[in-house]
Amino acid sequence: MASKPNYARIGDQVFRDVEKINAELFTLTYGAIVAQLLKDFEDVEEVNNQLEKMGYNIGLRLIEEFLARSNVPRCSDFKDTAEVISKVGFKMFLGINATVTNWDPKKPEFSLVLEENPLIDFVEVPEQYQSLVYSNILCGVIRGALEMVQMSVECRFVRDVLKGDDASELKVTLKAMLEEEVPVGED
Amino acid sequence: QPETTEAPAASALTTEALLATTTQDDNKSRSGLSKLDAAGYSVGYTFMERITKDRARFVEVLDIIKFICKEFWMEVFKKNIDNLRTNRKGTYVLSDNKFRWLNKLSASSSNETKQAATKYLLFPCGLIRGALANLGVAATVSGEISPSSPSCVFTIKVEQ
Repeated sequence: MASKPNYARIGDQVFRDVEKINAELFTLTYGAIVAQLLKDFEDVEEVNNQLEKMGYNIGLRLIEEFLARSNVPRCSDFKDTAEVISKVGFKMFLGINATVTNWDPKKPEFSLVLEENPLIDFVEVPEQYQSLVYSNILCGVIRGALEMVQMSVECRFVRDVLKGDDASELKVTLKAMLEEEVPVGED
Repeated sequence: QPETTEAPAASALTTEALLATTTQDDNKSRSGLSKLDAAGYSVGYTFMERITKDRARFVEVLDIIKFICKEFWMEVFKKNIDNLRTNRKGTYVLSDNKFRWLNKLSASSSNETKQAATKYLLFPCGLIRGALANLGVAATVSGEISPSSPSCVFTIKVEQ
C-alpha cells in the first residue's frame, strides 16, 4: 500500500510558490469589509450570514485553484480530507497551520484549531457586536470548497479568540456526500 | 513584512466585496459602488500610516506622490507604477501597465471586460485617496482602464 503523502510538505511547497500579499493589507481589507457590512445591515446575525455567504462564493472558486496548484491526490476518506484542509489548504491560502482534533467517534465530524488567524490581527470587537462571528467567512470558504468536491458540510465557530477563548476552533460536520449533482452557483 | 497568500485575499475577497456591495442596492448601485471607494479609503489611510511610521516627514506633495508610486505600490501590488506624469498644477497621472487585480480578468468581449474591470478600480482609487489623506493631502482620484487591459491609469487631482 502506498504510504500517505506528506501533507505538511506539500503545504509548505505550494505556499512557497503562490503569489503573496502583504499580511497587514489583507487584514485591513477584511476589516474594512466587515465594518462595511455592519454599517449596511445593522443586524449582527445578518452580517454573520453575509460573511458566510461571501466565503461560500469564494470557496466555490477557490477549490479550483487549490486542486490545480497543490497536486494533492484524491482523499481516501473524510479524515484524509480534514488533514488536507488543515495542512495544505490553510497553509496555501492563509500561510498558517491548523490542527485537526476532536474527532467524534459516532459521526463524521472534526475540529480545526487555529492558533493564529491573520484575519483578526489588531481587531477588537466593540461590545454591542458581541454576537458577531468576525471570521465567519472561513466557515463559508470551507463549505463552498467542499461542496465542489461532492461533500455537503456544516461549518461553524465553536471557540473564538476574539470572544476571549485561547484559540479559535472551527467545527466541520459532514452532512452528506453529494452524487453527480450539477453544482449550484448561488445560494 | 509578514506575508500571507494572494489568492483569497486580493482577488477573491475584493470580488466578493464587489458583488456584495453592488447587488445589495440594485436600484441605487451608485451608492454600492461608493462603498467600495470608502472601504479602500479606510484601508489606504491606515496602511499608509503603518508603512510611513519610521520615515522622515515629506516636504513636497511630489515626494508623497513618488512614495505612492514606488514604496506604497510595491507593498500593495508588488510592483512600481510604470509611469508618472504631472502638469505641475496639482494633477498627477499614474500608469500601471500591468495592474495586478486586472491581470486575470476577462469577459466575453473586450468591451464587456472593460466595463466589468472598471469596478475593480474603485477600491484602489479609494486606497490612493486614503493614503494621501493620511499625509495631509486632500485629492480626488479617478481610475481608467486602458484599451489594452490589464493596464490602467489613475488620475490624482490635488485640491489646492
